[in-house]
Amino acid sequence: MTVLDARVMGTSVRRVEGPDKVTGTARYAADQPVDAPLHLHPVQATVARGRITGLDTGAARAVPGVVGILTPDDAPRLADLGDPELRVLQHHEIHHRGQYVAAVLAETPEVAREAAGLVVVTVAEEPQVTAFDEHSPARHPAATLANYAPPTSGIVDPDAALDAAAVTVRATYTTPVQHHSPMEPHATVAAWDGDHVVLYESSQGVAGARDTVAALFGLGEDDVEVASPHVGGGFGAKGSLHAGTVLTVLAARTVPGRAVKRALSRREMFETVGHRPATVQHLALGATADGRLEAITHDVVASTARIEEFGEPTATGTRAMYAAPHRRTSHDLVPLDVDPPTYMRAPGEAPGSFGLECAMDELAVALGLDPIELRVRNEPEVHPESGVPFSTRNLVACLRRGAERFGWSARPPQPRASLVDGWWHGTGVAAATFPAIRFPGSTAVIRFRHGRYEVEIGATDIGQGARTVLTQIAADALGVPTDRIEVAIGDTALPRGTVAGGSSGTASWGSTISEAADRFRDKWGDDPEEGAEADAATPDNPWAGELSMAAYGAQFAEVAVHADTGEIRVPRLLGVYAAGRILNPTLARSQFLGGMVWGLSMALHERSVVDPRFGHVVNHDLAGYHIAAHADVREMTAEWIDEDDPYVNPMGSKGIGEIGIVGTAAAIANAAYHATGVRRRELPLM
Amino acid sequence: MTTTIPIGLTVDGRHHDLDVDPRTTLLDALRERLGNTSPKKGCDHGQCGACTVLVDGRRVLSCLTLAVAKDAAEVTTADGLAPDGALHPVAEAFLAHDAYQCGFCTPGQVCSAVGVLDEAAHGAPSAVTDDLTGPTVLDRAEIAERMSGNLCRCAAYTNIVSAVAEVAGDAARRGSTVEGADR
Ligand code: FES
Ligand code: FES
Repeated sequence: MTVLDARVMGTSVRRVEGPDKVTGTARYAADQPVDAPLHLHPVQATVARGRITGLDTGAARAVPGVVGILTPDDAPRLADLGDPELRVLQHHEIHHRGQYVAAVLAETPEVAREAAGLVVVTVAEEPQVTAFDEHSPARHPAATLANYAPPTSGIVDPDAALDAAAVTVRATYTTPVQHHSPMEPHATVAAWDGDHVVLYESSQGVAGARDTVAALFGLGEDDVEVASPHVGGGFGAKGSLHAGTVLTVLAARTVPGRAVKRALSRREMFETVGHRPATVQHLALGATADGRLEAITHDVVASTARIEEFGEPTATGTRAMYAAPHRRTSHDLVPLDVDPPTYMRAPGEAPGSFGLECAMDELAVALGLDPIELRVRNEPEVHPESGVPFSTRNLVACLRRGAERFGWSARPPQPRASLVDGWWHGTGVAAATFPAIRFPGSTAVIRFRHGRYEVEIGATDIGQGARTVLTQIAADALGVPTDRIEVAIGDTALPRGTVAGGSSGTASWGSTISEAADRFRDKWGDDPEEGAEADAATPDNPWAGELSMAAYGAQFAEVAVHADTGEIRVPRLLGVYAAGRILNPTLARSQFLGGMVWGLSMALHERSVVDPRFGHVVNHDLAGYHIAAHADVREMTAEWIDEDDPYVNPMGSKGIGEIGIVGTAAAIANAAYHATGVRRRELPLM
Repeated sequence: MTTTIPIGLTVDGRHHDLDVDPRTTLLDALRERLGNTSPKKGCDHGQCGACTVLVDGRRVLSCLTLAVAKDAAEVTTADGLAPDGALHPVAEAFLAHDAYQCGFCTPGQVCSAVGVLDEAAHGAPSAVTDDLTGPTVLDRAEIAERMSGNLCRCAAYTNIVSAVAEVAGDAARRGSTVEGADR
C-alpha cells in the first residue's frame, strides 16, 4: 500500500465549520427551519414489565391545540425487523420502564406536554428484574459480542498455571451502567410527502438511519432522505436509530405535508437511547517471581436487555495486551428488563481496561516491581493469542516517554507516602489500546467544478472534525491546497458513508477518498476539465488478518485524596499515544483530551443508579448523573510519539476517538491506591 | 388555546413583539417563536448551560427563565455578540484554541465566558477566590470555577479555559481591572 505524502496532513488546519459553531449558527437537527412544525410529546411506561390494558385519551384530546394522539391501537404499522426496540407502538407489551406507549401531537410544545400528561394508561404489571446480579439464574454465556469477536478465548491451561505461579493476584472489579449523555439530545425533524419522508436527524450515520426508516416503513432507499449536517456529540448513542426517532417519524406519517419536530428530553436520554452495561470482572494474573506473566484470565459478567442481547466486549482488549502462555477470556450476560445497552465510547476497552490495568497494578505491588517495568517485561512480540505480527506497536515507547514527562522516577515506591495540607497524593499509570478499524462500504465521488474539487461522501462530523480532516486528506490525495477542496458530508443525497463509530471514520472515509483521488488523477491528470468526475468504494486492506493493527497509549495520573472526606481530585493527567500519523495535531489533541476527561469522569462520577423496584434510572438528569465539569479538569496533557505505519491505510493513521478513555480510570484508581494504600475496585471511586 | 400574553423582546439588537403562552421559556421563545437557534437546549432544566444567553448584559439560563418575565428585556445570544460578519474576541479565541468539538455547548460557553469576564471586571468573587478585597484575578482555576455551569460532553474544557484566559489577559493588558491569566 502506498502511503500518501503529507503536506496538509499533519498540520493544524482549523475546523472548517468553526465560525458557525462559535456563533451558534451551525444548524443541528432541531435547529432546522421548518414551516409551522407540529410538536410531539411522548407518554412513557412507568413500569418495567407488563401489558397495557387500557388507554384513555379523552382528556388529552380535549386540550385545544392537540392535533392527534398515537397509541398502539391506531399507530401506523411498521415492518418487524427483528429488533424489538424499534417496534414502537406496535403492541401492548411493556419491556422496559420509559418505553413509549403513546404520544401527543400538538401545535405547540407546551400543549403537547400538557396533553401527554392527561393520557391515562392502565397496565397489568408483571414481575420484572432490573437489578444486576452476577449470580442471577438467568446468567448465560454471551452468544455474540458487539465487536464480533468470539465471546470466549483460551490457550492451554490457565487455572493450573495460576495455581502454580510464584505470585498470583485474583481480584474482582466492577463498573456501573453509564449513559452517553451527549450535550445534544437526539432530535428528529420529519416531514412526509406521500410515500416520501425527509428527516433531519441527530445521527452518527445517515445511511444507517435511512436504511432503518426505509425498512420499517416499507419504502425504497430513494424515498427516505436523511440529513445530519451537524451533530452535537453521539459517543455511540446515535450510532443506530432508537425508538424516539421511530416515534417521531411514525407521528409525522399521520400528518402528511406537515413537519413534526422533536428533541428528546434529557430524562428520555436515560430511558430510550441505550447505555453502557454494568460489568463484574474477575481477573487473575499469575507471574514468576521476576514478573513474567504465566497466566491471565479475565472472566466477565455484564448486564444486557431481555428483549435484545448486547454483548459488551469487555475482555477482548485483554487478548492483545500482554504476553502469557496460559490465558482465558469469557463473557457471560445477565438479561434485565431494561432498554437495550449499546456501544458507548470505547465499548469493551473502557470497562475492560479498568479491570486489567488495575490488576496489573496489584500484581506490581505484590511483586515489589515498578508498574511500568512490569508492563515492559510482558510486552509481547506478536499478538499473544492469534500469533500474528503487529503492524506497529509502541506501547513501551509511550510508557517510557510518559514516565519521563511525568517525572515518574521521583515516585516513592510505597503507597501513602505523601500527605500535604490534609490531602494524600499519589500517582498511577495504566496502558491503553484500541484497534485500528476500517469499515468497508463507503463510496466517495470527486468532481471538478469551477476550479475546485468537490468531494462527496456520506460521512458524519460528530465533533471529531471529519469535515476538516477529510479536507486535508483530499488535498494531499489530489495534490492541491485545501482551499481548492470542498467536502460535503452528512446527507443521504451523497454517496453512502459508514457510521462515525469505532474510531473508524477517518480511516474508512479517508481510504475511500484517497482511492477516489487516485482514480481521478489516473483518469484526468492534474489539470482536469470542468465536470471531470471519478468515484471509488472503500478499498480492502490487503494486510487485514495478516497483521494486528491497533493504537496504543500510556495514561498517567496524579491524584489527591482528602484525608478526612475521601474526596478525590485529579490535579494532573498525562496521556502519551502511538496512533500512526497524526493528521491534525490540534484536533487530535482535542480528541485525546476529551477521551481522557471521559476517563476521569468515569473514575470519579459516572454511575446510573437503577431503582430495582421500578426499573428506572433514579439520577436521570445532569444534576444527578454527574459528568466531569470545568472544575474537575486541572492540568491535562496529551501527546504522541511519531509512528510510521504503512500497513493501516493510505494516511498511515489509526483511530484516536476512543483510546483517550481507555486505561484512564485505572490510572486514576491506581494513583488513588498509591495515595492512600486503599484499593478501590469499583467505579466510580467515590 | 391557552391564554397568551403580549411581550416585547430585543434580541441581538432587533426588537420583536410577540404573544407567548405564559409557560413558554425564554429559550423556547427564542428558538421556536423567533427562529433564533443559537442558544441550544441541552437539558431544559438549568443543569447544562447550553442555553446561556445574556439578558441585559448578565448571563442567564434561558431554559429556566419564563419569557413573560422578560418583557422589554435586551437579549444577546452568541450570534449577536458582534456585529454581522464579525466575531467577538471570545469567539475568536475559541477558534484559535480549538475550544469546542461538536459545538453544541459552544454558544452557551461563549456567552457564559463573556459574562464571566464582565463579572470579574466588576470584582465579583467566586468560590475559589482567596482574596475578597483585591481585584479579581482570572487565573485558570478561577475561570474553570466560574465556567462550571457550562457542561461540555466533548470535554473541550482545557481549551475553553485557555481561550477565556487569553481574552482575560488581553483585557488586562488593555488596562481593565481584569488581571492577567498567568499569575
Ligand atoms: S438547557 Fe438550559 S441549562 Fe441546559
Ligand atoms: S463541544 Fe461538544 S459538548 Fe462541548
